[in-house]
Amino acid sequence: MNLEPALQTYIAESLEQLEEMERVLLELEDDGEQSQDKLDEIFRAAHTIKGSAGLFGLDDIVEFTHGVESLLDLMREGKVKSSEDIISLLISSRDHINALVEKLAAGDEEENESLKSEGNTLSKRLQHFIDEALGKDEVSGEEDAAGSLVEAEVIPGVSPVERMEHGEAVENENWHISLRFPPDVLREGMDPLSFLYYLETIGTINHIVTLDEALPSANEMDVETCYLGFEINFKSDADKETIEDVFEFVRDESFIRIIPPRSRIAFYLELLDALPDTEMRLGDMLQMCGSLTSAELERALAMQKTMREKSVDLPLGNIIVEAGMTETPVLNAAIAKQSKVRENTFREKQSVRVDAEKLDELINLVGELVIAGAGTALNAGASGNTVLTESVSSLNGLVEQVRDSALRLRMVQVGATFTRFRRVVRDVSLELGKDIDLIITGAETELDKTVIEKIADPLMHLVRNSMDHGIEPSDLRLAQGKSSTGMLKLNAYHDSGSVVIEVSDDGAGLNKEKIKQKAIEKGIIEEDQVLDDQDIYNLIFAAGFSTADSVSNLSGRGVGMDVVKSNIAALRGTVELESTPGKGSKFSIRLPLTLAIIDGFQVAVNEASFVIPLDMVLECVELDEFNEVANKPNYMNLRGEVLPFIRLRNLFSLSGQPLRRENVVVVQYGGKKAGLVVDDLIGEFQTVIKPLGEIFNHLQGVGGSTILGSGEVALILDVPGLIQQMSAPDISRTATAA
Amino acid sequence: MFKVDKLKSKCRVHIGDEMTIYDAAELKEKLMGVLEDSRPLELGLSRVTELDSSGVQLLMLVKKEREKQNRSLSLSNHSDEVLSIFELLGLATHFKDPIVMQKAAGENYES
Repeated sequence: MNLEPALQTYIAESLEQLEEMERVLLELEDDGEQSQDKLDEIFRAAHTIKGSAGLFGLDDIVEFTHGVESLLDLMREGKVKSSEDIISLLISSRDHINALVEKLAAGDEEENESLKSEGNTLSKRLQHFIDEALGKDEVSGEEDAAGSLVEAEVIPGVSPVERMEHGEAVENENWHISLRFPPDVLREGMDPLSFLYYLETIGTINHIVTLDEALPSANEMDVETCYLGFEINFKSDADKETIEDVFEFVRDESFIRIIPPRSRIAFYLELLDALPDTEMRLGDMLQMCGSLTSAELERALAMQKTMREKSVDLPLGNIIVEAGMTETPVLNAAIAKQSKVRENTFREKQSVRVDAEKLDELINLVGELVIAGAGTALNAGASGNTVLTESVSSLNGLVEQVRDSALRLRMVQVGATFTRFRRVVRDVSLELGKDIDLIITGAETELDKTVIEKIADPLMHLVRNSMDHGIEPSDLRLAQGKSSTGMLKLNAYHDSGSVVIEVSDDGAGLNKEKIKQKAIEKGIIEEDQVLDDQDIYNLIFAAGFSTADSVSNLSGRGVGMDVVKSNIAALRGTVELESTPGKGSKFSIRLPLTLAIIDGFQVAVNEASFVIPLDMVLECVELDEFNEVANKPNYMNLRGEVLPFIRLRNLFSLSGQPLRRENVVVVQYGGKKAGLVVDDLIGEFQTVIKPLGEIFNHLQGVGGSTILGSGEVALILDVPGLIQQMSAPDISRTATAA
Repeated sequence: MFKVDKLKSKCRVHIGDEMTIYDAAELKEKLMGVLEDSRPLELGLSRVTELDSSGVQLLMLVKKEREKQNRSLSLSNHSDEVLSIFELLGLATHFKDPIVMQKAAGENYES
């Protein structure tokens, strides 16, 4: 049976559950107190992972997760108090499950000794806590496992035989499970056998009877329909919920009755009642399984008869409740289960899982559509047919909307990436012996999924850098009159067509002298060079620069910051740094909203077309003798403000003479303004960014290319790069060249 | 693999390889062909490498049909795969065949 697609879903879902588990565990650790909801949440995650793993026969995952689950269960019942030790054990265990799932995802079937021994060590520690709790509380633990006796009946030290005398409980010490699989189970790709194999992992099948009652005659039998039924006498210490969950995937359509050990006959009665046509045979089955003795069976059948005579109309369920036979815990569990299922279906309706590749394909097609639309608009305009022009323009309006919503499909909240850092902050602060809180704001800010994936690594460097170099040890902080707990902030917000992600700390700030010293030592600057503060700070982005006195395994290897810088630059983003000595530092990463399509402003120099991202265009002015600045060839006067500008003709060495009146496009990026001098302003234009080939990677001032409606190629200007080039003095260009 | 040996004293069928949902329809067709054979029917299972619920169902179907006709059925030479699944499902008692690696004895039974 091909389980591959289902397995992939399992892996994806497990990883999600594990992420969730990590988040809640960390919250639990922060709160320090026991929260029932959170424990329930973690338990559910572990439980689901184990349950589904069982179906795929992933024994190592089932086995290990079982220990985790048992401990969590005891915690939920309040038998184990949560402590720092336990939480950190649970976190390590979570990591281990994660490693197991990832090994599975990688298709690695080989035995991994270190993983195995890690698992064993963790299992032993888990078991230690479990034993401790059960040792204290053995009697009630046993009762819970049995799950069938109300508390009043629990008399410690009384043997099961004596208990039997209380009313009509049966002798059977085991569970009885009655199973009828849904007819479609085989067609849905599941094999009833796998459920039984899984059942064997949580207990022992004492006796099983496979029923062929439902099999029709040979002519009518359809080989893909499942006709099998099972009556199982099952020995297990698991609770009812655990056993029920074995059948989670088929529960909705199957007939499943699980009768706890030493239950009252009424439970068996209900079973007999629910399957009326085969009851005589079923009675025999129950007897064959050893679930009922023959005397008990007779008594059950007699009871059923009298009950039927007494109250024909009452459903048996009511009779049981009236007779006080159902257990509230069991009932509660059933209700909780139902609402959980409902909750799950509700969530499913809200989102659809789509293959990222399909999404990329859609975006690509929309990109082509935008180009074709622009071409059509051009032709329609040239034809002079006003009706056609009008309909093309409304068509293009729609294309624009399609583009926007297609791009929105790729937008993901940055929060999930931020949350991952909780764990990093926790681990690193333990490692460094520093006390650090992480504060997350702007988690709902949306960003293109590709950008988010690529920003995680640079962000990790910055976070670690802040913790390692920025935030001081507690005693030093106290000495400086700060609170002993350091603070690390992650923040995100939208700002004029880009997204800003900030990593800030309240640590010592950058040490100017130290940086300068180091830079001289490394030969990055000359000893007599005069630099302002910002230039000095920017030195840390230079290749091969590291300030840490001792090289830790976190940062300080000197490969960090320049890699961060170039990674971000590859996303058409920038990184800036502010720092105040003694108060802390702040890194701001500025990223474009999306990588694929932008609104552009088309300009021309001579015959060549260029596109400037519209978000960055502030205004267009003319350059003439009135606003030129005397003696400063590359500056102009913009309403009293000095504006540096650059002539694209000179920059790209284009031919032709400048016009007498040139146009200036004023652009802004990251708080800096600059002018771009061009011949003609053509207008707004939707642009699909086509990346330039590898060989143009180091080309300054050009961010990509696009195809115009006419089929011509236009270069997209890299405004951040140009602005930097214009405003940067020599030294910081060295620093940022990496 | 599906091989029928029509002997004087019985009809012996060798079933091989996979008895799974993928081959179930084909297998059922073939089994239908021998279902009404008046001789005692013996299914040799030594070559079965894979068995799933649909295969189990087919075996149970054959047994049920043979019983209906008051004709005998025996399963013989169970492969390890078959044995382990029979054990899981408690089917050894259902088919009542002696599980040994030789020709099954006692070919007539009622249940």
